[in-house]
Order: sequence, then C-alpha cells, then structure tokens
Amino acid sequence: MSRRNLLAAALIAPLALLVALSFLAPLGATLWRAVEDGAVSTALPRTAAMLRAWDGEGLPPEEVHGELLRELRAAQEDQSIGPVLARLNFEETGLRSMLLQAARAAPRLAQPLSRSLPELDPRWGDPAFWRLLKRSATGWTPLYLLRSLDLRIGAEGVERTPAGEAVFLRLFARSFEISLVVTLLCALVAYPVAYGLATMPPAWATAGIVLVLVPFWTSILVRTAAWFIILQREGPINAALLALGLVDQPLTMIFTRFAVYVAMVHVLLPFAILPLYGVMKRIPPEYMRAAASLGAPPWRRFLRVYLPLTMPGVAAGSVMVFMLAVGFYITPALVGGSGDQMVSYFIAFFTNTTINWGMAAALATLLMAMTGAFVALARAFVPGLGAGAARG
Amino acid sequence: MTAHAPRRATPSGRLLLNAATGLVLLFLVAPILVVFPLSLSSGELLVLPPPGWSLRWYEDFFTSRRWLSATWNSFVVGGWTMALATTLGTLAAIGIHLGRFRGKAALVAVLSLPIVTPVIVTAIALYFALALVGLGSTLTGLVLAHTVLATPYVLLTVLASLQTFDATLLRAAASLGAGPATAFRRVMLPMIAPGVATGAIFAFATSFDELVVALFVAGPQQFTLPRQMFAGLREFLSPTIAAAAVLLIALSAILLALSEFARARARARGIG
Repeated sequence: MSRRNLLAAALIAPLALLVALSFLAPLGATLWRAVEDGAVSTALPRTAAMLRAWDGEGLPPEEVHGELLRELRAAQEDQSIGPVLARLNFEETGLRSMLLQAARAAPRLAQPLSRSLPELDPRWGDPAFWRLLKRSATGWTPLYLLRSLDLRIGAEGVERTPAGEAVFLRLFARSFEISLVVTLLCALVAYPVAYGLATMPPAWATAGIVLVLVPFWTSILVRTAAWFIILQREGPINAALLALGLVDQPLTMIFTRFAVYVAMVHVLLPFAILPLYGVMKRIPPEYMRAAASLGAPPWRRFLRVYLPLTMPGVAAGSVMVFMLAVGFYITPALVGGSGDQMVSYFIAFFTNTTINWGMAAALATLLMAMTGAFVALARAFVPGLGAGAARG
Repeated sequence: MTAHAPRRATPSGRLLLNAATGLVLLFLVAPILVVFPLSLSSGELLVLPPPGWSLRWYEDFFTSRRWLSATWNSFVVGGWTMALATTLGTLAAIGIHLGRFRGKAALVAVLSLPIVTPVIVTAIALYFALALVGLGSTLTGLVLAHTVLATPYVLLTVLASLQTFDATLLRAAASLGAGPATAFRRVMLPMIAPGVATGAIFAFATSFDELVVALFVAGPQQFTLPRQMFAGLREFLSPTIAAAAVLLIALSAILLALSEFARARARARGIG
C-alpha cells in the first residue's frame, strides 16, 4: 500500500470502526434476532438435544417426556422458565398454561408419562405439539418472519394465519398507503410552491426559502406537538370554526388519519420543496423561450419542456419523502388513532410493551427490506439519485 | 421579473401562483408561530386567544428540575455528539479524498447507511446492543448512538467542500517547505472550515432534536428535552410544553442562522 493510501486508511479507520461496531454489528444482531430461537435449548438443554435426535414421527420416546418434565420443574424453580413459556405460547396460545399445569402435576403423575400426560391435557398426545417443540429446539426459526407476513407453520407446512389474527400484511399495506399519500401530497403541493419561489424576485425568494428552512430545522417533535395542540377538540382551529359559526360542534381532528396526513405532510414538505427549487433554479430560461419561439402554447411548453426538465427534482424529493415516511413513528403515534399506526409503532410495541424481541426484530428486518427495495428501485429508475442529498 | 417564463406570465396567473405559494408557506410556519402565544398564556389550557399574558410557563420551565435536567442532558449529549461526529467525519472525509483506491462511492454509501436506515430500526438495534455491553440507560450510550446518526452528515458536507478544494494547493505548500501537518493546518483546514462548521452544526442539531433513539436508549435519568416533551405530551398537556417548544424553536433558528452563515462563508471562499 502506498504511503498515501496508508494515511487515508488511518484517517478513515476511526469512523469505519464506529460504523462497524456501533451500527453494522447491532444491525446484524437485530437481523439475527429475527430468526434466533434459543429459548427452549437454553432453558431445557437436555430435552432439546433429545428432541433434535428424535425423528419426529408420532410421539417421542417415554424418556423425552420424563426429561421435559424434570427440566420444566427445574426451570420453574430457578425462575428461568419465562422465556420458554412466552416463546411456545406465542406460537400456539394456551401452551403456557398447559406446560405450567404439567410441571405442577409432575410428582403425582403415574408412569408411563406418555399415557398420564394426555389425560391431564389431550394436547400432550398430539404429535403436532411434539413436532412444534422439536422445531423450537433447533436454535433458529422462520416463525417471526412468517408471522410478520401473516403466515404460520401448520400441519401441512406454511399456511395463512386465521383471519382474526392476521394483522401484519394490513399493517404493511397501511404504512405503504400512508407513505404514498403523503408523498403524492408533498409532490403536488411542492411543485407550484417551488415554481413560485424559483420565479419570484430574488429578495422575495430568499425570504420564502427561509420560511421553508425554519420548519425544516425545527425538530419533528416540536412540529408534531404544535399540530397535537392545534388539532385538539378545544384547540385553536375548532375555536375559530365555532366562533365563526361554521360548525356547531367541535370537529374531531386529533387521533384521525386526517391529522396524520396533515402533520406528516407538514414535516416532510421541505424535503420535497428544496430539491425541486434547486432544479428549477438551474433551468436556463432560454429553453422555455426557445419552445415559445417555436410556437408551443403554454401548456405544451410546460408538459414537453418544463416538466421533463424538473422531473429529477420531483423524483429526488419524492424518494426522500417516501423513504422517511415509511419509517415514521413519532408523528402517527402522537396525532393518529389506533388505526393509523405504522410498522414502526409495532416495532416499538413489541420491544417495549410485550417484550417479544423476535417479532420486533422480524418487523424491523422487513421494514428495512421494504425501504432498501424501494431505494434500489428508485435508483434503477431515476438516474443520478444520491442518498441523503436532500438534507444539507 | 419572471426570468423563467418566455413572456411575462399573465398577471392573474402570477397572482394565483403567489397566493398559493404564500398559503403553503403560511401552512409551514403557522404551527410554529401558534406555539408562541400559547406559551405566553396566563391560563392552564392551551386555547387561543389566551385569557391573558404571563411568563409563568417559562418560570415553570426554568424552575422545574425535570425540564432543567433534560435541557442539561440535551446540551451535554449534543456537545459530545458534535465533537465526536465532527472529528470522525472530517478525518474520514479527508482520508477518502486523499486516498487513491477504488470503491470510494461504495465506501461512502456504507458509511452513510445510518441516514437511509429507518430510525426505529437503528433505535432497537442500539437498544439491544447497548444493553448487552452495559451502556443501556447511560449518557455515554446515548452519545454513541447519536454519533452514529450524526456522523454521516459531517462526512457528506465535508466531502462536498473537499470537492471544490484544489489539491495543487497542498503541493504548492509542500514545495514552499511546509510539512504535511502544516500544509493541512494552514492550507486545507481553512478552506474546508465552513464545510466542517456546517457539518458540526448539523450534528449538534441532529442530536438535539433526536427523539426515537432517545426513547429506547435513555432511561429517566438521561431524559433529553425532546424525550421530556414527549413524556409531557403523553401525560399532561400543560403550556410548559409550549414554552419548551418555543425554546427549542429559538435554538433551531440560531443553528439555522449559523449554518447559513457558514454556507455564505463557503461561497465567498469559493469565489475569492
């Protein structure tokens, strides 16, 4: 390596190390957590080993029953049984109480256990339960990723989750829909504004751009909080509408999809205006004059010359807006209702509330895949699109 | 006046366009402006117009232990993040600029990944990782997390300012007898200083405004201003939140002015 490159490597190394250790490694660990499945093999190691050795046909041998009960009781005594119960109950509701019941009853159960256990609960005699247990002892599972797509492992392989429990595809569709609507609204609003600013006298344009930059620099939380206050039942908008006699009853705006759209468009609009304004400023006026001198009427000049020239600005802004919108958490969480929450909300929910980290990681993985696929698609179709170009 | 239109746009068309532009700009700033009178209200409720005027909510802010400690935490975390992100980002940008190797674009893309990754994903990844190494619910952990988020901005702004930097200047400095360190300090650094400053301001702003990562990584002892505001919005909607919002807006305006100042300096440098 040349001295020059040695110096370059030394300068880049600290940041590369930070990104590798504090970003890529945690990210990789999160992806792994989406398929990691160590609860059973950690708390019930010997049973797990026996299950792995079992061929999965019919019921496992008697000694597996015995070992399972022994280890369950031991885990219950040193209070390490929680993760196992949570893991198994997540895959099939009701297994928690069934296993606890068996652990409690273990000393009183007659031999052979393969006969007395099913008397306690018929599911013990069901080969499907034992196959589920065997699957959970392998160390990794597609369960969380499948569940995030409303799929599960049934008797005949992968099947759809019953309609009552299927929520995630709808969640992804909703996140996609909200992001798409916000992106379209931003593009539609940003276009005339950017055009207006780009064609104003410079002093006015500068003032206008400052008015775009101030909210751009103001924290998302502050802006969302402002909307949270404004859209309240007793808030300024309702007060004004009531005072003007336009409505008799205050309108319900907070905790609705409408509030989510208004606040998200407000937060993301500068990302659409700024790149578009930059592109419009750089279009030489001669182009439009040339089109006019060739006899093109205004609408045609716009459609055939101006719009194609400004499309890169529209695309750059829209990609940025969509990418940010898909991952939104704070704004829908504060001003939206329960039916307006996006994927991020459920990632937070599974991380903090139900402590189901497998599901949190699986949803995060899919959200990242969705964002990545979108950026890759956008790059393929819009040449010259750089990441992170809009801020700064 | 309308440099882009072939003929002057019809007055009514222009009027319509100006009106539409004005309305959207109003939409952009109105929510920020509405917070000001609300923060100065003498009443307990967030209503407009306020029943009377007072500074009681600012007094509440500046006498509340929770808000003050959140402010302090925000400045500490923001300051450390700025220092770390600016150092690491600037060094790496110079390294990438100086190096003669392939795949620079890919390297920059990888180093900027935290910008394009959904924040919630970064947040839970860091939540798990910091807990694992014993840095969960610590200011150090929060600084580390914010540095990860903020450094790409420094990297990109400094790289942009390096692109206009003329490498022959370094050779000229060397031919005049300057060692590499002197050439860097006396020639390169002054030229890229505005870019570094912009990146530093952006790094501070990124940390100061950041909430999602703080939600996961910070414990009650590490509440930052946005985190405290979020808790306030969830629990009890008092005008103190509006006062806090006004203070955050004021700080954002200062940061914006600083960054525009740095940009103007950069432009002057570029021409002169």
